[in-house]
Amino acid sequence: MAKLTFQGGIHPYDGKELSKDKPIKAVLPKGDLVYPLSQHIGAPAKPIVEKGEHVLTGQKIAEAGGFVSAPIYATVSGTVKAIEPRRVVTGDNVMSIIIENDGLYEEVEYPAVKPLEEMSREEIIERIKEAGIVGMGGAGFPTFIKLSPKEPDKIDYVIANCAECEPYLTSDYRRMIEEPEKLVKGLKVSLRLFENARGILAVEDNKPDCIEILKKLTKDEPKISVKALKTKYPQGAERQIIYAATGRAINSTMLPADAGCVVNNVDTVVAIYHAIYEGKPLMNRIVTVTGDAVADPRNFIVRIGTNYHELIEEAGGFKTPPVKIISGGPMMGFGIFDLDVPTTKTASALLCLTQDDVSRMEPSACINCGRCVEACPSRLVPSMLADYAEHYEEEQFLSHEGLECVECGCCSFVCPAKRPLTQSIKSMRKIQLAKKKK
Amino acid sequence: MSDLMKVSSNPHVRSKTGTSNIMLAVVIALLPAAGFGIYNFGLDALILILVTVASTVITEFVFEKICKKKVTIGDYSAVVTGLLLALNLPASAPWWIGVTGGVFAILVVKMLFGGLGQNFMNPALGARCFLLISFTSIMTNFECDGYTGATPLADLKSGLDVNILDMVIGRTAGTIGETSMIAIVIGACFLILTGVIDLRIPGSYIISFAVFVLIFGGHGLDFAYVSAHLAGGGLMLGAFFMATDYVTRPITKNGQYLFGILLGVLTGIFRIFGPSSEGVSYAIIIGNLLVPLIEKITLPKAFGKGGEKV
Repeated sequence: MAKLTFQGGIHPYDGKELSKDKPIKAVLPKGDLVYPLSQHIGAPAKPIVEKGEHVLTGQKIAEAGGFVSAPIYATVSGTVKAIEPRRVVTGDNVMSIIIENDGLYEEVEYPAVKPLEEMSREEIIERIKEAGIVGMGGAGFPTFIKLSPKEPDKIDYVIANCAECEPYLTSDYRRMIEEPEKLVKGLKVSLRLFENARGILAVEDNKPDCIEILKKLTKDEPKISVKALKTKYPQGAERQIIYAATGRAINSTMLPADAGCVVNNVDTVVAIYHAIYEGKPLMNRIVTVTGDAVADPRNFIVRIGTNYHELIEEAGGFKTPPVKIISGGPMMGFGIFDLDVPTTKTASALLCLTQDDVSRMEPSACINCGRCVEACPSRLVPSMLADYAEHYEEEQFLSHEGLECVECGCCSFVCPAKRPLTQSIKSMRKIQLAKKKK
Repeated sequence: MSDLMKVSSNPHVRSKTGTSNIMLAVVIALLPAAGFGIYNFGLDALILILVTVASTVITEFVFEKICKKKVTIGDYSAVVTGLLLALNLPASAPWWIGVTGGVFAILVVKMLFGGLGQNFMNPALGARCFLLISFTSIMTNFECDGYTGATPLADLKSGLDVNILDMVIGRTAGTIGETSMIAIVIGACFLILTGVIDLRIPGSYIISFAVFVLIFGGHGLDFAYVSAHLAGGGLMLGAFFMATDYVTRPITKNGQYLFGILLGVLTGIFRIFGPSSEGVSYAIIIGNLLVPLIEKITLPKAFGKGGEKV
């Protein structure tokens, strides 16, 4: 059988060996915790605590600010020190709640849990919504919305995205090795919501141990199957993983639900598990702290709001001064100019590199080699799109399907002329999408 | 931390392959053909190759210095142009032919149109055609070191017998680099294995040309006749090294097949119905001119809009 995959894609150096074999370590925050009110797609959350108020671990400190929004919970006990703008990984200043950690970690009493079988559909979705769960793979789309499509009967597949195709990242891998039962149980919660759906655990085949563990764990689950996907970036991109796992293709104007699919990333599925089986809101996530500048690269279970400085300290500091620090993976993460930013719900990794390919390699003329065309998973012609973007030729950009770009970075990666293709296309897309919204 | 880190938009990593690696690979791939040409035609060929390469590189350097532009001879693209042009010259050509061609290729075809990546036709071929038209007798004088003047294709056209084995090995009259099919294919294999080129254009070019010869060659199912056409003239050098020139071939996959087929048909028309026994250079140049149109009609469909399966 041909391997499950998609057309295009690239094979970058994956750097996973730096951190993959070390167990996940818990980090207790020492300094202040910062909770940006916007760590999801949609309206910012609204603070419901005031300066000076004492809060407990697990207490809601901000409520959803609209339908597409998510509440935020305190992850330590302490005092609300301020509500003011703070810098986040994107470089923006975002209104944030700052909590001074009292170091006691006193917890609230979590709501009682009911066995899954006794919960109604509405109860499950309400609890996931209340837990503040958003897509933790990076997009940050509120999960309860994904789980309540117009026609739940038409959902055929619930896919747990275990591809982890971004280089260097091993957080999902460690989760699958250490707590696979949480992943499977979390997936079963989603399956409860969709009567006709089958669950797919879609794993890249560079993680044979995970595939084996998950297969063993689901051998008595007729509705769940484990699918091995070809190892290739961006196998874990939503459209690509749906195509690889089910053979269905969606474009930018469609939602996964239009193809009868719901896709959630490993950490998100585990968050669903915590919400339903333990009654706990989303308070922590796994972050891979890695890169050739880090002394002891490994995965940490981090309380949301923890400062990045503390993560680096936990990883033994820098063994070589870093030149570039990236929040997220090297292909789609954000370059940050200093470490003084908080861990958010969508922060999957902190990558510190001793050299920066982007500033080291100077762009030169396009030689029309077509490598970007071969690599583009959206089947576009990136070199042309980048030209249209640079010359601001809107009509051409749109007619050449510029909006179908998923900004995965493959074209820039392969370009021998080192042209900033993704970057140009990305800026133009931003302008066009903003125009469309008006 | 007092030092601010470098920031940029994603992606933050790049592949190691650069333009100069690719060009250098093409130079290496041309060495077997060049080496055989020197073995076959002697010292004259070596001198002509060196003079031509020097003239392309120096022209690019001087032009960029005069225009106060960044000097780009380090990307080896001028070396590729010079080498390709030299391999398309007869070894008997005087040195100034190489210089004239080299200057024309770089100055007129490449730099005046904006330099690397902007030329609308292959500089080496543009220069070759310029020389063919301007200095026809020199460019078609293949008398050299024991070979009579006629190339195997000319013999074929006038109905004489040709020795196919000699043509495959390259022991025939012709330009410096085109005679040995084996040497060219060795170089081409290197480019295919290193991922610099693929078989889309050479494959569709050679196959469509063979089919055209079978149908219109007037020799029916004569295997030897078709083989002689494939091994003779500039077909192999053109199909693997000039039709695949990145800048002047379509960037779309389907466009590349279409381009190959177009070249096959054009070459067939020129060779069989035209007055000359050769046709590869003109076919590729005409193909080059049609590239924008080919790209326009062969744009791929986007993923999720029918383009997911290719």
